[in-house]
Amino acid sequence: MSDIAERVKKIVVEHLGVEAAQVKEDAKFIDDLGADSLDTVELVMAFEEEFGIEIPDDAAEKIQTVGDAIGFIKSNAKS
Amino acid sequence: MFDLSGKAALVTGASGGIGGAIARALHKQGATVTLSGTRADALEKLKGELGERAHVIAARMDDAADIDRLVKDAEATMGKIDILVNNAGITRDNISMRMKDEEWEKVLQVNLTGTFRLTRAAMRGMMRRRFGRVINITSIVGVTGNPGQANYAAAKAGLIGMSKSLAQELASRAITVNCLAPGFIATPMTDVLTDEQKKGILGRVPADRLGTPDEIAAGVVYLASDEAAYVTGQTLHINGGMAMI
Repeated sequence: MSDIAERVKKIVVEHLGVEAAQVKEDAKFIDDLGADSLDTVELVMAFEEEFGIEIPDDAAEKIQTVGDAIGFIKSNAKS
Repeated sequence: MFDLSGKAALVTGASGGIGGAIARALHKQGATVTLSGTRADALEKLKGELGERAHVIAARMDDAADIDRLVKDAEATMGKIDILVNNAGITRDNISMRMKDEEWEKVLQVNLTGTFRLTRAAMRGMMRRRFGRVINITSIVGVTGNPGQANYAAAKAGLIGMSKSLAQELASRAITVNCLAPGFIATPMTDVLTDEQKKGILGRVPADRLGTPDEIAAGVVYLASDEAAYVTGQTLHINGGMAMI
């Protein structure tokens, strides 16, 4: 399961161009990692592709930190 | 200039006079085109005329599920949508005193809501690929108004405001969103006007003639091109000088 966390962090680093060290579980995409609202949409799209899941809009809105994303994917990922 | 080779375009309302000309022009510049509309026979005929790089997917703009299916099928068929031309539109003319709720709602639903839904569905792939051209066919009456067309003018004005908002949201992803506003264009829709009506219209057109669908299509080709990458949130008026805004 820690694999999921690593994959999520890798996507965040690639997408937002931030240092891996900054991508802590309590880091907020917008406030701490410099994402804008469109970046958060793209991150969700990237998570959907990477993990083969669908993240509905109401769930996506609640994903505000790296940990939120990992948590959602852990409880919804097929593999 | 304006080479569209390798680009994939979805054109709605492609069975109409202006939509057909737009599809032909994009195709001529090298784009693969998907023709959409409600009249499957007319779309198939145009596809036959274009030959290769042309596909038909019929869809209704007043049906949300149909719109999602259209985008999915077009992306599956062409591999992507680079250029979206929202040209589908209807009229239900009536003076406001007599305009029924259904006439108002139908026009708003097809011309404005349908366009928003289709654009929203298509922008996902455009964002991912960091390229997109959305061209919304509005109308001169969306800017000037027109008696008997409160519903149509409202929907067309709505497209302009919507496009400006989308343009700001998507500019950083290299997606441009523009409107093209035709004036009076010679199409089957204007063929039914009487000579007297035409004379009345031409009295307001400095160019002293109706425009042609090809003259609208040329504007679409420009807005769809790589050369127009820095043009976004704009409305291109093609109207023979009928209104200068």
